[in-house]
Amino acid sequence: MLPLADTQFVETTGVWIIKSLVIFAFVLTVVPMLLLLERKLLGRFQNRYGPNRVGPYGLLQPLADVLKLISKEQFYPATGVPGLMALAPVIMIVTALASMAIIPFGNVEEGFGSKFGLYGIDVNIGILYAFAFGSLTFYGLMLGGWASGSRYSFLGAMRSAAQLISYEVSLALSLIGVVMMAGSLSLVDIVNAQDGVWFVVPQFVGFLIFTVAGFAETNRAPFDLPEADAELVAGYNTEFGGMRFGSFFMAEYMAMLVIAGIAAAMFFGGWMGPGPSALDPLWMVLKMLAVVVFFIWIRATMPRLRYDQLMSFGWKILLPLATLNLLVTAVLVALV
Amino acid sequence: MSYRPDKDVIAVQRGPDAGGLGGVLRTFGETLRGLKTTFGRLVEGPVTIQYPEEKTPVYPRFRGRHKLHRFEDTELEKCVGCSLCVAACPADCIRVVAAENTPDHRVSAGERYAEVYEINMTRCIFCGYCEVACPFDAITLGHDYEMSDYNRSDLIFTKEMLLADPVERTPLRREGE
Repeated sequence: MLPLADTQFVETTGVWIIKSLVIFAFVLTVVPMLLLLERKLLGRFQNRYGPNRVGPYGLLQPLADVLKLISKEQFYPATGVPGLMALAPVIMIVTALASMAIIPFGNVEEGFGSKFGLYGIDVNIGILYAFAFGSLTFYGLMLGGWASGSRYSFLGAMRSAAQLISYEVSLALSLIGVVMMAGSLSLVDIVNAQDGVWFVVPQFVGFLIFTVAGFAETNRAPFDLPEADAELVAGYNTEFGGMRFGSFFMAEYMAMLVIAGIAAAMFFGGWMGPGPSALDPLWMVLKMLAVVVFFIWIRATMPRLRYDQLMSFGWKILLPLATLNLLVTAVLVALV
Repeated sequence: MSYRPDKDVIAVQRGPDAGGLGGVLRTFGETLRGLKTTFGRLVEGPVTIQYPEEKTPVYPRFRGRHKLHRFEDTELEKCVGCSLCVAACPADCIRVVAAENTPDHRVSAGERYAEVYEINMTRCIFCGYCEVACPFDAITLGHDYEMSDYNRSDLIFTKEMLLADPVERTPLRREGE
């Protein structure tokens, strides 16, 4: 049982089941749309249209992609370890979906005869929960790379392991400033603390560090070294085909959604926005979408970092900067 | 060979020093500049041509599918079956069999006409030598470039196909385009 935040109500099991289903449905519908959005936007950023052949405006492209992936044969290389190769994508999907649970889409609402929160779960360790599951994804990557029995896969997995460890520290440190200002780890409390001013204003440096470390955590450009198509074929998922590859791919986009959700909740006031409280989830989704679009924009702009640059940037610049930011915030919070 | 430090050491080319806090600021500014550049492309809009619906316009001298010509007034074929195009063709893709014109079966303006005129499009390299070799301007290269087919045998164009107008016209590039 997870330690729940101090709430004055108990949600029934029925509500929990409905919430899980909603989160599941939300993620599984949004990920293919994100895929299309990314390809479309990348196209526009490069003076072209992107996919526009399948269905009107190419809207059915993700469906075609998924159908193709599902109908493909499950293939194991001779040097691979079949059981673990099947397990790796499962770990990725499960951890990514589980971290989705703490993203708050709204405050506590009353209806259907009981109170319920518009979030999966409000744990009092809040953001740490997301980090815990974020670190577990690394087992998926590592297992996938190692179990494929291929050098490129293993290299990709090693790279991602090193990268995740290096940047997770900065990611966590950048968020602690926000946590100190809000005085709570719970994402719901943090959003409530942003009633006046969004934390992106007082914690701008923290936000920059979070953005950069977030790119690295989700293995997105310019930190997409783990799958560096040009050097490593596709990194840890080289030997995966069909829906196993699809699962890795989906997990990556889910991780992006989670990071976008955390960014929106911790820096951009979460569900806060004009209009009645019924519009709260919409504001949250819009803010997440804005962050995702920024992710794609960066991908269209930045070239990939070299491995030593990645490491020296992470340890020599980002980590000291995050620590300094933390220190200054701590002093200011203590004084004010 | 022994090691000579003065000659064997090559100076390594390194990028400019990042230079402390100023470097950080500069990097931040350059990142924003990069973002502005890509956003500019977004605003410009796509430049791609949606091929099957929209076709790339060709230049007037574009060498595409061949055409055989007739005289406009008499409807007689210009080709007299002299086989000069066959001789000129470097890909050896033209086959001509000539026959005599008779008073009651007059096909061309000259003494003889091409009974068979075939171009093997799988071999043709669109060099235009046939057009140059022809003394009567009977064969010219048109503007059409969509000639793919499912069968090789369908790509041997007969005289009737070459004499007929192409079904669809390829757009011509305008002046200065």
